[in-house]
Amino acid sequence: MEPCRLAATDLACRRGERLLFRSVGFALEPGAALQVAGPNGTGKSSLIRLLAGLLRPFAGAVERVGAVGLLDERPALDGHLPLGRALAFWGRIDGGEGAEVAALGLEPLLDLPVRYLSTGQRKRAALARLVEQNAPIWLLDEPLNGLDKEAARACEALVARHCADGGVAVIASHQPFVLPGMATLALPGFAPPEPAA
Amino acid sequence: MSALLTILRRDLGLLLPGGHGHGGGGTLLPLLFFLAVAMLYPFAVGPVPELLARTGGGIVWVAALLAAILPLDRLLARDLEQGFFDQWRLRGIAEEAVVAVRLLAHWLSFGPPLILAALPAAALLGIEGETLRLVALGLLAGTPGLAAIGLIIASLTVTVRGGAALAGLLLIPLAVPLLVFGAGALSTGGASGIALCGAMSLALVAIAPFAGGAAIRAAREG
Repeated sequence: MEPCRLAATDLACRRGERLLFRSVGFALEPGAALQVAGPNGTGKSSLIRLLAGLLRPFAGAVERVGAVGLLDERPALDGHLPLGRALAFWGRIDGGEGAEVAALGLEPLLDLPVRYLSTGQRKRAALARLVEQNAPIWLLDEPLNGLDKEAARACEALVARHCADGGVAVIASHQPFVLPGMATLALPGFAPPEPAA
Repeated sequence: MSALLTILRRDLGLLLPGGHGHGGGGTLLPLLFFLAVAMLYPFAVGPVPELLARTGGGIVWVAALLAAILPLDRLLARDLEQGFFDQWRLRGIAEEAVVAVRLLAHWLSFGPPLILAALPAAALLGIEGETLRLVALGLLAGTPGLAAIGLIIASLTVTVRGGAALAGLLLIPLAVPLLVFGAGALSTGGASGIALCGAMSLALVAIAPFAGGAAIRAAREG
């Protein structure tokens, strides 16, 4: 896998009038994974989008070396297309081989239009897209949402394999995500103090 | 480049009439709407051949303009909601490039079909000869501009709830210059109006990808 690095220094995020977090900093070298934990509304998704470069930080900087793969609640698959063709669209752009489809148990679903798939099935399809993209940096926003136990274990195994291959991963999740050697960043610890009434 | 071709193929599937059938592919609705206006007009003003021949060209233009509004709601909003633009960005495909491809697909989906549909519309309105030639040429020069205005407006209203109706209202005043010169060429009978219409179209087509790209990036921050 190509060399990669993901680092944040003194990152702050403002949404609307609210400062969600500040002074967030970490550095991930190849093979490292980080779980961003915290209840709803603490800025996990915003942090993921900051790291992806889809949002501008209010303060601080993000350093990215290597391509970024993003998995969030939007699978970016055409609802009216059969799953196979919807995935093939990204396959043509990313040059993937479609090898993950079987591993994620998607084969029986390939002829079904994406809009008929359940949340968990869509999530698995998006995971297949992510793996095929072959990006060294993985940013996962609530990857376990909607997945059953078996699929959740498969997802954890994929991330473990990705990190063992020298990739880095950031996982934003309010659920426990089992990955040996993973660091945890608790976002509420970075929230600014409440202003005095 | 091959990524953009892949995106163009998907766009055409989404926008061209009969692309992927219901729920996905574009519809014949703009085309039928266009023909319906041309069909209703003689009923409304009465079957006076001289009147129809004199005003019919203008009505074809107005119908074309209104038909161009219909596909606006599906042009960009869905891809932004479903995360396509984010995924393209992460792959280093600029919003501008995606919007330029979308502009081409959007024009192909309604420009050439409208010009073809102008033939039966002309028959309904009793337009023939030189006027018909000017209508067809004018639409050829003007529809890329209409497509570009539509795309710019769709990108600006992409985060607005009920943006489709707003987009239609916004398109009408912005399209007036195209209408003035495109349909104006019918009464003056000169090619200069069509040339000016074409020039405006070119300028709009050149601006649209940048305006659209900036609007989509701004929508992300919202």
